[in-house]
Parts: sequence; C-alpha cells; structure tokens
Amino acid sequence: MPVIEYIDAIRQAMKEEMERDEDVFVLGEDVGLKGGVFTTTKGLQEQFGEQRVLDTPLAESAIAGVAIGAAMYGMKPIAEMQYSDFMFPATNQIISEAAKIRYRSNNDWTCPIVIRAPIGGGIFGGLYHSQCPESVFFGTPGIKIVAPYRAYDAKGLLKAAVRDPDPVIFFENKKCYKLILGDVPDEEYIVPIGKANVLREGDDITVISYSMPLHFIEQAAAELANEGISAHILDLRTLQPLDKEGILEAVRKTGKVLIIHEDNKTGGVGAEVSAIIAEELLYELDAPIMRLCGPDVPAMPINPPGEKFFLLNKEKVKEAMRQLALY
Amino acid sequence: MMKTMTEIVVPQLAESLVSATIDKWLKQPGDWVDIYEPVCEIITDKVSAELPSTVAGKFVRILVGNGETVPVGTPICIIETEGSAEGAGSAATHGETAPPEKTADSSASSNQVEDAPMRNRFSPAVQQLAAEHAIRLTDVQGTGLGGRITRKDVLAYVASGAGKANQAVSGHPGAVAPRTVDAAAQVRSSGMHLTETPRFPKIEVESSSNSGRGDSFIDVTPIRNTIARNMRQSVTEIPHAWTMIEVDVTNLVLLRNKLKDDFMKREGINLTYLAFLMKAVVNAIKDVPIMNSMWAVDKIIVKRDINIALAVGTEDSVHTPVIKNADHKNVAGLAKEIEELARKTREGKLTLSDMQGGTFTINNTGSFGSILSYPIINYPQAAILTFESIVKRPVVINDMIAVRSMANLCLSLDHRILDGVICGRFLQRVKDNLESFNLESKLY
Repeated sequence: MPVIEYIDAIRQAMKEEMERDEDVFVLGEDVGLKGGVFTTTKGLQEQFGEQRVLDTPLAESAIAGVAIGAAMYGMKPIAEMQYSDFMFPATNQIISEAAKIRYRSNNDWTCPIVIRAPIGGGIFGGLYHSQCPESVFFGTPGIKIVAPYRAYDAKGLLKAAVRDPDPVIFFENKKCYKLILGDVPDEEYIVPIGKANVLREGDDITVISYSMPLHFIEQAAAELANEGISAHILDLRTLQPLDKEGILEAVRKTGKVLIIHEDNKTGGVGAEVSAIIAEELLYELDAPIMRLCGPDVPAMPINPPGEKFFLLNKEKVKEAMRQLALY
Repeated sequence: MMKTMTEIVVPQLAESLVSATIDKWLKQPGDWVDIYEPVCEIITDKVSAELPSTVAGKFVRILVGNGETVPVGTPICIIETEGSAEGAGSAATHGETAPPEKTADSSASSNQVEDAPMRNRFSPAVQQLAAEHAIRLTDVQGTGLGGRITRKDVLAYVASGAGKANQAVSGHPGAVAPRTVDAAAQVRSSGMHLTETPRFPKIEVESSSNSGRGDSFIDVTPIRNTIARNMRQSVTEIPHAWTMIEVDVTNLVLLRNKLKDDFMKREGINLTYLAFLMKAVVNAIKDVPIMNSMWAVDKIIVKRDINIALAVGTEDSVHTPVIKNADHKNVAGLAKEIEELARKTREGKLTLSDMQGGTFTINNTGSFGSILSYPIINYPQAAILTFESIVKRPVVINDMIAVRSMANLCLSLDHRILDGVICGRFLQRVKDNLESFNLESKLY
C-alpha cells in the first residue's frame, strides 16, 4: 500500500472526485494557477482547466456564496478557505444559508457543498494563521463537520463529503500536511461521515480526540504502555454529527475519560462530548471527566515560548493521561 | 544480606496539603527504628503529627533539619534496611513507576489517622459494580489516588473470587482482603466510622424455579400504600350505608350544549357537567350542613367551610385534590378549579395544600362509564357522592313516555352521623338543584 502525505491524500480525493463527476469543481484564493498556498490543489487546474478550478477574489463570503448558489443548481463545489482563520467573513453564508437551505425549502432544495479549511497551530503562524474555529460552527444543525487526523481518513472523508447531499465543513490540519504520512490504498474507498474510529484498545483510560492531538496521544499511549497504563483511544473523525454510540462504547470500556483538543476549552467540542457522557453514563464513570484543551486566551502567540505554552504536545498529553490513570 | 537505603518522604496527610514543617526529630543517626515507629514530629496547616517510619532499620541520616518546611513528597531522612524482601522493596518498585503514588502509598501503610483521603470516596462505577456483585467495598484494596478504590480494583476483586471466599469461609487463610478490614477497623477508634460501606439496596431476584408460573411482582408505590391505608381505615372505622337517586338532567344537557362553545372560546377550558353538579351539591350542603361534618367520638364536628374534594383518577392511582371554599364560587369558577386540579393531578404537580382540608367528596364516576357505584368514604368525612353516566332513557312523565337524559347519583354515608331521612333530603336538594338548571341559567 503506498505511503503518502496527508496533503497528497486530500489532493488525490479532489482529483478523483473531479474525474468521477464533472459537476465537482474547486474554487478559492490562489487554488488555480498557484495550486494553493499549501499546494493542496496543485496540478488540478492543468488537468481540469480554468472552468473547474477557479481563482477567486479575496472575499470568503463570495467564495461560500458562489458555492452555495452553484450547489443549488446541481453542482458539487469544493470551496477552499485559505486558512480557517479567514473563514469568518463567510460564516453568515455558511450558518444562515448553507445550513438552512434544506429546512427552509421544505426539502425542495439541497446544498451539497464542501468547505475545506485548514486549522491548527504549531507552524509559527501566530494570530491569523493558527486558529481552531470548530466551536463556531459546531452545534449548528444542518452542517456536517469532519476533522481527519491521518492521510487515510483525509482522503476517505473528503470523498464522502463531496458525495454528501448536504453542506460539509472539512477541517484539515495544516500541521499534518507534510508531517503525517500514512498508508492510503490505491483502490476506491470512502470513510463514512458520522463514525468515530477506535485507534487503540485499552482498559485503563479512554482518550477521545480529533485531528492533530491524536498523534501526541498515540505516542504517549505507546510510552505509557511501558508503565503499565493501557489507553483506549477514540478518534471522533466527525464532529457533527457526533458518533454518540461510539463515544459511549469507548467510555464504557474504562469509566475514565480524557477529552483532548487544540481548540480552546470553553465551549469546545469536548464540552459537548463530556455532556453526552455525563447524561448517559453517570453510573459507569470511575473518575471525573477530564479535558485537556487549548487555554482560553484570545489567540495563538507568535513568540516561540508562547506558542509552546499554548500548544499541546506529547508530554502534556502523557501527563494528563497518567494523572487520569492514577486517579 | 543486602543493605538498602530507604528514604522516608513527607506523606500527603490531607488532600489540600502541599507542604509540611519538621518540628522535632525523635530519632538520631545511629538509632534503630522499628516499622511504624515515629521518627519525627511534623506540623502542617491542618494537623500536627508524628511521622512513622515505613520500614525497620538503622537511622542513617537526617536530610531536613528542625523547623524547615518542605513540599509533600520530599525525602526527609534515610534509613538503612536489611534484606529488601518485604515492604521496602515493594515501596521502591512503586516509586520507580509512579512517583506521585509513592507518597500516597507509603502514607497509606504508615500514617494511620489520615492514611487514605480518597479511600471512602466511591465513584458511581465502583458503587454500581459493588452492588451488582454484592461486594463489601471495605474488603477491596484501593490502588487509585489517595487509596481510592478504582473500577479496575473492583473488577480484579470480582475476578479473584475473593468476595465469595469471604462469604463462604470466614478467615480463609488464602483470603487477603479480610485482614485489611481488621486493620482498618482497629485504626478507627473515634466515633466516626469512615470505613463503613454505604448500604446498597438489596435486590431480591425471584428464582424462576420457585414461582414457575411467571407471576410478576409490582412494588407498592408510596401513593398506592397511602390509598390502601386510607381505604382500609375508612371501611373498618366507618359504618357505611348507601343510597341512590336518579336525576333528569335533560335541561342541563341543553344548557351546556348552548354554552360550551362560547365558554371554550372565552375561558379556554371545557365546560363540564361536573361543574354544574358541584354547584348543585354545594348549594344542597348549605341547606343540609350536617352533610359537611365528621365524627369525633363524643361529638360531631360540623365544618363551616365547604371544601369539596374531587376524586381524580390516573392509570394507577386516585387522588382527591380539594377545591377550597367551593360555596364562594360560581359554575364558571368551579369549572376552572376542576380543570386546574385535574391538570395538576395528571402532571403529578399536586402540592400538599392542594390535598388538605376536604369536607365532602365528589367522584365523577360517569367519566369512566359507570352507571352505578358504591364509593368508599374519603376518611374522615361524613359522605361521598358519585355522579354516574348521563344516559338517555324512556321515562314516564304525566303518564306519557318521554326520552330524557338521566343520571344516577350514589351516596355513601357515615351511619354514625347521618341517617336515611336527612340523606334523602340532601339528595332531593341536589336533584332539585340539578333539574332546575335551564336555558336561562347563568354561569357567572
């Protein structure tokens, strides 16, 4: 099985979907001639032409709005937000229009758009290039949100997102782009939206996370195994809708749960996950539900010590996991 | 024989404790120290205590002098032990893998007053498992933070079968757990018995071989129990007598049909026959006040207020909420009260004050299709009246047969207070009142 980069997996998914279905097209800032600032769309315009790989003005609201209009005409747009930080001008289009079209039209219209947006820090990006805006869109009925952590899921989920009849936000982690390599089969596959994935079986603690921090968690779990601590790791993969059964099943394994994400703690995905657990599984909990998240500060610092303080790493994750195991 | 150097550390004496001060050393280098023998006195924000040694051996060196304050977990002296086979060895291995646990662990075995602050804090998972397997949690070793019993500890205990061994043969030599209880029991000499396990409800499971026929058992709910008690008290104490009268409510039916749609529009509730009946009963009670009384052995108490209790049934119980001062209300007011109480009953929102002070009870048995019933008096009242279904029947009026809407009223009475004549007069008054409603009658 070929080993490819996370970013290649995303590009492959778009390429294959555009070959499969001529209604699929890509639009965004610098996605065409330049091939995207991260080279995610490199080669697509050469292959599919300017009509299907559109360079847009610097106006995220327009990118989302055009995509929504095209989708309602039966197209399958993939709209790229260059950084998820730049996504907020498009928030009104996404939350008030895309998410509500099916409901508002009483099922007459659908809005099959995909919005790709890179999240996460650790790339010396500071204020405007490091945010994790999941919690802004999380909890908006009508949109689906996925956030893959490895190449296999990135490709499979993006394909599922393109084929989904409703709007899907695809949060890819920019730190993962070149850092993460993984097996991706040549043959066609998709990863279903709404299904969490058990990455590691264990019986001491359950760790629930998504996106980049899972790599720290997997490393920490391997090291903690030497200390006799066995961790059960669940990758949410889809944030909206959450895989409730998957979450509850994973928590039942150990009764001790740690939720980890890079987005800040207050009002994050972890808050909802922990509420689900508290609602459903009180009598099976063996320890307080723990969360390890980004601190509630306004932005990712640009100075290296500040960035290090803000970001999760293997040591922080390991310490939290050990604490919970010892409880 | 191997000599090992063992450090004695400041234990976690209480959850919030972060540091302790050495007050005075009780042992000096060269002294022999027995296990659990105090080596020094320490002062903290919370307690002053002697710190016992976790091992037996020769006192080698003091690391922290008198009066110095050090964080929890800091080594304060070194004791040389011989042959690390026992406690010292295990403590050391623990220390290597999990440093934070070391303090808790050593203190658990040494300090006897505050040994395991989390020992008696049971998580829901632990309590559930303990109840499921009928385990005494005092028998289970806690390996979690501060001696806490973790879910895994319970599972391990179940898997080891220790609980069963304990039940079958007390003092079985192989069972380690009971010894722990004894040790703990000895430690607690004060009035607080913190090691006592919270009691779990024992769930008796009927073995299928005995009952065989598949009978099911329904627990008696508190409300069922109350109903049973009141009914039995009423039937055993009150000599019940019973009488019935039939009423022609044809005009009332016409009146209600005329008013009910407007009433619904105006008030948002149903205009029920019950409201008219209640008005008729209240007015009759005014004429025959003895109906509104209770037996008090050497006297009869005639109540001044007319508070009508209304029997309201649900699937599995019956309540009798009370309409206070029913004589102050007109038909519309009564209809509203009835609606309100019925709603509260259905929603389970009746308060104690809704239930108290009834002086006479009405039961709308017609609502479930009855045409005749023998009600039990709502103790300690004097009588109860039922309002049966309204049915169309051929009736002889002036030697002619007419189709009229008829309803039965049944009355159970306390024969200590009431007799046939007075009750006959009361029922006649109710009948007159009901039959005198006509299309001109006013609701307000």
